[in-house]
Amino acid sequence: MQGAVVPMAEIEPGCHLGNDFGCGFPAPDASIFEFEPYFGNFTKPVILLLLGSLIIIVVFLLAFRNSKLIPGKLQSIGEMGYLFIRDGISREVIGKDGDRFVPLLFSIFFFVWMGNLWGIIPGAQFPVNSRFAFPVGLAITVWILYMYLGMRHQGPIKFFTNMMFPPGMPKAIYVILAPIELISNVIVRPVTLSIRLFANMFAGHLLLTVFTVATFYLASLSLVGIVGSATSFLMTVIFTAFEALIQGLQAYIFTLLTAVYIAGSLHAEH
Amino acid sequence: MVDLIADITGSVGSIGYGLAAIGPGIGIGIIFGNGVQAIARQPEAYGVIRQNMLLGFALAEALALLGFVAPFVFGT
Repeated sequence: MQGAVVPMAEIEPGCHLGNDFGCGFPAPDASIFEFEPYFGNFTKPVILLLLGSLIIIVVFLLAFRNSKLIPGKLQSIGEMGYLFIRDGISREVIGKDGDRFVPLLFSIFFFVWMGNLWGIIPGAQFPVNSRFAFPVGLAITVWILYMYLGMRHQGPIKFFTNMMFPPGMPKAIYVILAPIELISNVIVRPVTLSIRLFANMFAGHLLLTVFTVATFYLASLSLVGIVGSATSFLMTVIFTAFEALIQGLQAYIFTLLTAVYIAGSLHAEH
Repeated sequence: MVDLIADITGSVGSIGYGLAAIGPGIGIGIIFGNGVQAIARQPEAYGVIRQNMLLGFALAEALALLGFVAPFVFGT
């Protein structure tokens, strides 16, 4: 039975190293991302997503409900988040003109971050964005937005010609460059935007699961068992901290790229 | 049936991921190496450099992640 993968649901409760009933290491596979719905179509990711949205709404409503000139604790945190998006992303990338997109970027950043953060919150421990549909939905929203903005600010035809013929190139290069630019701007951008977020969360969750399962599997009364189990547990803790970093970074990168695409649509390259 | 000189069995997707990680690995190394160098030379431009560094990192990393996802999508 080399390389046979036991589905996670069929693991016997006492599956440890050196057992008698011949169950090998139950390597986690893609089936750990499948959930039975609790009721209707409400699976665990959907519930976590709705709960996360609710938490964001409540926290920021509380933070900005009665804003004071001298902010309290919660208001300071809320303002810090807002200024991070406005000054750190929007004004840096889009410029003053981008202030009208700050609410959108703000929402995207905290929505994505909260969705990712469920991956390390004990009890939930499932990053919502590791289900492909959620990043795809976000990426389609961004795609529609920057295509619309580009056609509106540069004109429907001019938008595509500006995109395909960046100035300052030798004439012959355009034969190769024009189709590449068109494909990369219209098709590759949304695809990579969604896959980047999805694959990071997918890989991170899989990695954490491997070490968690290994901790349980190796726990047995032998030298390999004790040392291996302790090491796996340590790795779980370390990678949880690493995941916390990656989750924030991915939310930042998603928002940053959204801002870059919006900026590219507002002003043609020149 | 074609006679094969060499046959690969087992987890071909893992080999694919390994190959897909080479290019982005080099690219990300160059990006962060030069980014750190730029910050060391011009610490006052930290904000701009870090932002562009992360942007380049995200674009290079996408290729490695495509390689990571492909075995799951096209796996047998």
